[in-house]
Amino acid sequence: MGSKAGDSVDIPPERHAHVRKLLERPGPFTHPEFEPSKEAFDGFSSIVRVLIVGAGGLGCELLKNLSLLGVKQLHVIDMDTIDISNLNRQFLFRMTDVGSSKSETASKFINGRVQGAQVVAHHCKIQDKDSEFYRSFHVIVCGLDSIVARRWLNSMVCSLVEYNEDGSVKEETLIPIIDGGTEGFKGNARVIMPTMSPCIECTLDLYPPQVNFPLCTIANTPRLPEHCIEYVRILQWPKDNPFETETAIDGDDPNHINWIYEKSLERASQFGITGVTYRLTQGVVKRIIPAVASTNAVIAAACATEVFKLATSCSIPMDNYMVFSDVEGIYTYTYKAEKKENCIACSRSVTTLEFPLEVTLQRVIDYLKEDPDYQMKSPGVTAIVNGRNKTLFTHVIEQTKANLSKKMTELGIINNEVITVADETTPVARDFKITYKDAGMES
Amino acid sequence: MIKLFSLKQQKKDGESVPSSSTSGQKKSSPAQLRVMKDLNELNLPKTCSTEFPDPDDLLNFKLIISPDEGFYKGGKFAFNFKVGANYPHEPPKVKCETQVYHPNIDLEGNVCLNILREDWKPVLTINSIVYGLQYLFLEPNPEDPLNKEAADVLQSNKRLFESNVLKAMRGGYVGNVYFERCLK
Repeated sequence: MGSKAGDSVDIPPERHAHVRKLLERPGPFTHPEFEPSKEAFDGFSSIVRVLIVGAGGLGCELLKNLSLLGVKQLHVIDMDTIDISNLNRQFLFRMTDVGSSKSETASKFINGRVQGAQVVAHHCKIQDKDSEFYRSFHVIVCGLDSIVARRWLNSMVCSLVEYNEDGSVKEETLIPIIDGGTEGFKGNARVIMPTMSPCIECTLDLYPPQVNFPLCTIANTPRLPEHCIEYVRILQWPKDNPFETETAIDGDDPNHINWIYEKSLERASQFGITGVTYRLTQGVVKRIIPAVASTNAVIAAACATEVFKLATSCSIPMDNYMVFSDVEGIYTYTYKAEKKENCIACSRSVTTLEFPLEVTLQRVIDYLKEDPDYQMKSPGVTAIVNGRNKTLFTHVIEQTKANLSKKMTELGIINNEVITVADETTPVARDFKITYKDAGMES
Repeated sequence: MIKLFSLKQQKKDGESVPSSSTSGQKKSSPAQLRVMKDLNELNLPKTCSTEFPDPDDLLNFKLIISPDEGFYKGGKFAFNFKVGANYPHEPPKVKCETQVYHPNIDLEGNVCLNILREDWKPVLTINSIVYGLQYLFLEPNPEDPLNKEAADVLQSNKRLFESNVLKAMRGGYVGNVYFERCLK
């Protein structure tokens, strides 16, 4: 972008001499289809489009690693702004950057520092981008700190997979996700090939549950400083409404944290509990887990290596889940996590059902109950109509019974629209594409 | 392992691989899919019913419990369910909307039920919570109190507790707290 490093300046080939060696020579670990060549590096460098999700601890490392590796088409997306507490490890940011956009500051830094780099910043939520955006990348690398964000991205990328007539996957629609995660001295890196290797939703149970104290302990028998902070956060805040009515707690607002801190101190002294500090308060409210720069570096390096392997085929990618811990000594182990059969995100196939144009919802439901292939008991049907969730029918919602006698087209289900059907006979909700006879021209 | 993409195959801004008709559309979120499945399989005891202010919004609904035995027989209690984007990794947020004199429910409607907090697991469903809440009315538990006064009364004087519950359900003061009538 508009940096003085200049796009037109030729990067001397010796800059990537060592990377080139991996691509110009055959080796025992290369992919069977790998063809070493002098041009391979330039192809990798100029053609591969990589999206980095998150410009925080892992994101800064990833930007540095991938841009120095020669990837020119790098995009980075992050909705966050820089906080002073980021500066110890998010090394692309300086004191004067506090308050600015993470993605913009990081990309500006890289573009100014790394010759030839053209990082594009997206300062927004991942949910603000549509499928066309995500589809335009070859690889997506995640350095996220939230399970919700991971799940969203995962289901987005899984939904981009398309199938051939014979049911096989169209390989060009597969976008690998490299997911990195760290928590203190522990981390993991994994390679997700949507529909082929386990996705985030397949292994959702592996994430440790959030620490939640019993409400009655918090309310009546607090023993820990955390109990006092949780008391103020959960019970006292909604009661006192210290700022404006119904204001949700903003962990980044010092006034909010201060109020909670002071009230927690009061409560702690009532129960003779010590240890409530401003930092602990902030940590409990924001559920902060201390981040360690070296763990980020290790995990980001593993992720960047996987991007390189996937993009060049110069080595077989990781299969598929690497855990790392340096709590005591250094330990790392890579294993093959298994896909979940009937995964809600990556095992969703769409079955096409054909009906006459006049078909009613009742008729569709009867079909699902009577057809020997389905034999459903009490199907509930939802769809997304005009971008909004719509409940067409479920026996638990009285109001939806009126829909049964309506035509599918009246309910907004046009030709080729997908309906989602939940029933006790299937472990997860299934998708059906509704097509109408003689409606080929319509859409 | 297949070779995912050759370097010859290019992707550029704006011109991606053409997609078939279905994939441009918005998709239901995993939380949505799961809650739909949970709700459609709700097996409500005859003392419970649901209300959906917006039938298209399955993430926000109410559960009405009308116990037919125990201390709370004849009462009618509404609970508000809010299912978040991280369901079922995180439990739904459940609040009692009816003021109730109960050891495990405070006057703000917070509910002390283990599976709503520390013992929640993704294998549990909306149905598990319904049964958990119903159980609270049949067997109020003074050991883990949220309303400590009510718990103390239940522990020391069951008769008095019973009459306090009735007083509260009929609408009136228990101590200096006023309860709205919630008899059916």
